Amino acid sequence: MIPRRMFAIVLRYIYLLRGSPARVLPLFAWVAIDIVLWGFITKYLNSVAQSGFNFVPVLLGAVLLWDFFTRVMHGVTMAFFEDVWSRNFLNIFASPITIAEYLGGLVLSSIMTSMVGLIAMLVLASAIFGLSFFGVGLVFIPFLLILFAFGIAIGIVGSAIVLRLGPAAEWFIWPIPALVSPFAGVFYPLSTLPEWMQGVARIVPASYVFEGMRAVMVGTPGQYRPGVALAWGTVLSLVYLAGSAWLFTSTYRRAVRTGLIARYSSETVS
Amino acid sequence: MNLRKNYGDTIAVEDVSFEVRRKEIVGLLGPNGAGKTTTINMILGVLEPAAGTVHIAGVNLATARSRALTSTNFAAVYAPLPGNLTVYQNLTIFGMLYGVAKLKRRIEDLMQEFDLLSFRDTKCGLLSSGEQTRVCLAKAMLNRPKLLLLDEPTASLDPATAQEIRAKIRGFTQRDNDCGVLWTSHNMHEVEEVCHRVLFLSHGRILLEGDPKTLPRDYGKSTLEELFIAVAREPLSLEGTAAK
Repeated sequence: MIPRRMFAIVLRYIYLLRGSPARVLPLFAWVAIDIVLWGFITKYLNSVAQSGFNFVPVLLGAVLLWDFFTRVMHGVTMAFFEDVWSRNFLNIFASPITIAEYLGGLVLSSIMTSMVGLIAMLVLASAIFGLSFFGVGLVFIPFLLILFAFGIAIGIVGSAIVLRLGPAAEWFIWPIPALVSPFAGVFYPLSTLPEWMQGVARIVPASYVFEGMRAVMVGTPGQYRPGVALAWGTVLSLVYLAGSAWLFTSTYRRAVRTGLIARYSSETVS
Repeated sequence: MNLRKNYGDTIAVEDVSFEVRRKEIVGLLGPNGAGKTTTINMILGVLEPAAGTVHIAGVNLATARSRALTSTNFAAVYAPLPGNLTVYQNLTIFGMLYGVAKLKRRIEDLMQEFDLLSFRDTKCGLLSSGEQTRVCLAKAMLNRPKLLLLDEPTASLDPATAQEIRAKIRGFTQRDNDCGVLWTSHNMHEVEEVCHRVLFLSHGRILLEGDPKTLPRDYGKSTLEELFIAVAREPLSLEGTAAK
């Protein structure tokens, strides 16, 4: 792996961000709106519930973590789509960059952009609504890392789908977080779900994060103790990460075998 | 060597073998669909041959792809550089991808050589097609490739600019670093002017090979263009029938 080639992919994205406010704004604008909206909803729920239950960490914390996952995933796919939109596949893949370096570049780009969103969310959530993840302790960090790894994996899977099906398939990719969220138990314990959905949830790393965080923050034991949730989430997210890298690599090899790489470069998005 | 590519029953390239030597410009000619771009894509590593091997500067592309591609580069009308980045940004990024040493100096030199200094901070998408071609050529020469692949590099240029570009490419092969060039073009006058050797492809096979200045005569034609038309229309009449 030659880091300079990975940084070339990151630098390309920095150049694009620098030259386009339309790319910079979505990095924090949508997540900020989400935090403000859900912040006021939780405040309202706190005022009407009168049970003493604090909705802020449960709902607003969940929104923050889910938005982080979404930003990470979109961070990878956006960096990849830049090559799709500019019909740059041929230039990129005819260069000496390896697939591992290319994916590394996408991941670094995603780290950069998702950090912007995360910082914006943390500042807003703590300054306006008093949400403090740091009060939870260091356990917040490994859960965040699981979501990060899962987001990267799903982003790479999304990129592989577009590489396999062509530029028009990007519209399959945007709704992926919405499709996953019911099984992740973002806003409710997994026990709320019917049996078959719980079965699916067991193979979604994010579900362990939300069960685990709920157990830590409000002390309501979910299906797993925090340590167990952490262990399962870590193992699963690493499996997804390895699987996504394998999927992208084999999709790329197939595209080279069938001539798709060369064809996409001369195709417009259709 | 012995390159072959098929898509199901359709054979795109069959048993194509050739070498591009140092300081040599080889013309890869043939009618549309003859297999020129397929051949170039296989050399670039973006299309896997069904059989055969590609060696660039002695390195096997199949087993050491990254190392082999460090010694090559290309420019093609169908592969413009991203239009949302400036000339300088594009050259920086591709210079990093190709591992170019002293990149800033190299970019300055190439921008000067291809008259791009005034477009340094202009987004490539805003350039005319001729200017974009010059940027693509500058990118193609960033890493001083041992093998330069040019797929119709002058197709979108006016005659004066095309002549200038031809001179620059010739100068590059002779002066810079023992570079060999594989050049495709439908402009036979250009091919005669630039190429030391030509390969005529027809239906995915190399039909003829030789010096562009003498080859037409060998096959009873007065110009390279006439020979090209014969290859396109009646390839069978030329197969193995060099005129005495």
